Amino acid sequence: MATMTLGTPPARRSELLARLRSGTVGNLARALAGNRKAMAGTVVLAFFAFCAVFPGVLASDNPNAEIYARAAAPSAAHLLGTTSYGQDVFAQLVWGTRQSLVIALVVGGLATVLSVAIGVTAAYLGGIADDVLSLFTDVFLVIPAFPLIVVIAAYSKNGGDTILIAVLVATGWSYGARQLRSQALSLRSRDFLVAAKLRGERRWRIIVFEILPTMTSLIVANFLGAALYAVLAAAGLQFIGLGNPSSMSWGTMLYWAENNEALQAGMPLWAIMPGIAIALLGGAFSLLNFAFDEIGNPALRPVRRARGRRNP
Amino acid sequence: MGYVVRRLGFFVVTLWSCLTINFVLPRLMPGNPAIAMMARFRGRVNGQVLHALEIAFGVDTKQSEISQYFGYLGDTLTGHFGVSLTFFPDTVLQVVRSAILWTVVLVGVTTIIGFVLGTLIGMISGWRRGSKLDSILPPVFVVTSAFPYFFVALLLLLAFSITLGWTPLGFGYSNTDTIGWTWHYIGDVLDHAILPACTILITSIGGWILTMRNNMITTLAEDYVRMARAKGLSPARIMMDYAGRNAILPNLTGFAMSLGFVVSGAILVEYVFSYPGLGYMLLEAVQNEDFALMQTLFLLITVAVLVAVLVVDFVTLVLDPRTRSER
Repeated sequence: MATMTLGTPPARRSELLARLRSGTVGNLARALAGNRKAMAGTVVLAFFAFCAVFPGVLASDNPNAEIYARAAAPSAAHLLGTTSYGQDVFAQLVWGTRQSLVIALVVGGLATVLSVAIGVTAAYLGGIADDVLSLFTDVFLVIPAFPLIVVIAAYSKNGGDTILIAVLVATGWSYGARQLRSQALSLRSRDFLVAAKLRGERRWRIIVFEILPTMTSLIVANFLGAALYAVLAAAGLQFIGLGNPSSMSWGTMLYWAENNEALQAGMPLWAIMPGIAIALLGGAFSLLNFAFDEIGNPALRPVRRARGRRNP
Repeated sequence: MGYVVRRLGFFVVTLWSCLTINFVLPRLMPGNPAIAMMARFRGRVNGQVLHALEIAFGVDTKQSEISQYFGYLGDTLTGHFGVSLTFFPDTVLQVVRSAILWTVVLVGVTTIIGFVLGTLIGMISGWRRGSKLDSILPPVFVVTSAFPYFFVALLLLLAFSITLGWTPLGFGYSNTDTIGWTWHYIGDVLDHAILPACTILITSIGGWILTMRNNMITTLAEDYVRMARAKGLSPARIMMDYAGRNAILPNLTGFAMSLGFVVSGAILVEYVFSYPGLGYMLLEAVQNEDFALMQTLFLLITVAVLVAVLVVDFVTLVLDPRTRSER
C-alpha cells in the first residue's frame, strides 16, 4: 500500500528537517560517513580538490619556468628534483592537478547525463524504442574505446581540451546507460509509478521526479565510474602525445618524461610521481564507486556491519 | 536458435558501425586531414597508390559520397586495405600480418589467464565471506584496477629492466636472433613478453575478482544454494556447481564488455615496451599520419574484440540452459 503523503507539505520546520534527514541525500551522506572505503576516497579527493583550487599555496614555483638547474636530484629547494628542461617537478605536479580533475569531473558529469537520458528513456519507453536504444548502447560498449579515441585524436590533431572532453564523453557513457536501463526496468511495474501514471503525470515528469530519485546511488556510482575512466583515458592519450603537449597536466608530464627517457637518465621521480597522482585520483574514484555499490546493494556490505543495521 | 541469430546480428551491426565510423570520421573533421597527408607524400609514392588513397579518404574525387561509401565497404570487406605510407611499399595487409600474432598471443593468453585466475579467486573470496582473504583482496584490487596500464608498465620497466637488468628493455625479441622455432628464440621471446604480460595481468585481474566476488555473494543467498546445503552436498560441489556456475554468467557478459578495456590498455603496454604488436603499430601509424594503416588497425582490433565476444556468447550457450530455450 502506498501511503498518500506525497502532496501534503510538512507542517513544521522540524518535521521538514526530519524528512530531509531520512531522505535520499541524508541517507547517502550517512552511509558515506559509515563506510571506511568511502571515507578514504573522500579524503584523497578533497586533497586533490584543494591542490586544484589553490595550487599556489603548496607550490610557489612557476611550473613552466625553465630557470633551475637541469635534471637535479631532489633537494630542499626542489622536493622532487627538476626536469631536463630545468622545471620544478613538484610545482608541475601540484599545478597539473587542476586539469586532470576538471576533465574527470566534466566528463563524469556529461557522460552520466547521457547515460541517464538514454538508459532510463529506453527502459521507460520499452518496445522498439528500447530495442534500438539498447542496440545503440551495446554497440558503443563493445567497440574498444581507446583505439577509437586514438583515431579521433589523430584526425583532429591539436584540437584542444574541448575535443578531448567530447571524445571521452562519447566513448564513456554506454556502460552506465546499460546499468541504469536494467535498474529502471526493474522499477517499471512498481506501485508508485502506476500511481503516478494514474494521476495523469506527464512522461518526462515521471522519469525526472519519480524514477530518478530512486536511483540516486546508482547514478552517483556511474558518475564515479565515468570520472575514473576519464582520468585514465585522458592520461593515456596525453602520455602518447595526443593531448595538448603544452598543457599542464599529469599525462603531459609523463609524455615529456618518457620523451626525455627520465627513467634511464636518473630522473625517475619525474615519471613516477605523476603516475602515482593519477593512480591515487583514480583509486579515490574507484573506492568511492565500490562504496556506493555497497550502499546501493546492502548484500555486498562487509559482514560485520551488515548485521543488525536496518534502514528506517 | 533465436539467441544465436540475435548475437550474430549484433556482430554484423557492430562491424558495420565500425566501418561507417572509419568512413565518416576523416570527412567530418574540419579541413580533411587526409589532404595534408597526401601533400606530404606527393612525389614519394606513385600516382596509382595516391589515387586509391584519394578515393578512400574522399579527397578530390568526382564520385558522390554514397558511391564512395559503398566503394569503401566493398574494398574493406574484400581485404583491400590499401598501402601503408609508413612502411611503403608494403601494403597495409602485409604490415598487419607481421604484427597480429604478437598481439593475439600476448593479449589473448594474458586475458584468459587473468579471467580464469580472477574468477577463481573471486569465487573463493565470495564463498569464504569475511575471511582474511576476503577482507584483504577486494580493497587491494579496487585500488590496483584504477592504476593506469602504462604506469604499471613503466614501474615494472624501471624495477626489472633498468635497475635489476633481469629483463630486456623492450621489443619482442633480440636483434641478434635468427627467427625460427628454436629453443633459443622461443626463450628469448618469452623473456621479452614477461613484463608486458605481467602488466596486463596486474591491472586486469582486479576487475574479474571483484565482479565475481559480488556475483557470488548475491548467488549464495539463493534458495537453491540453501537447498544444496540441506541435501548435505560437499562444500566444494556447492561452491563450484551450484553457486559458481550461476555466478559466472554475469561475469561472462562482463568479460565481453571489459575486453575492450583490456585491449585498450594493451595498446599502451605495447607502446611502453615497444612490443611489435597491433597497438604499437597503431600508435606508429598515428605518429606518421598513416591513416590507411591506422583505420585498418582500428577495424582489426574491433573485429578481434567482436570475435571474442561471439565466442563468449557461445560459451554462455553451453553454460546457461536458459539461453537455449525458445524465447
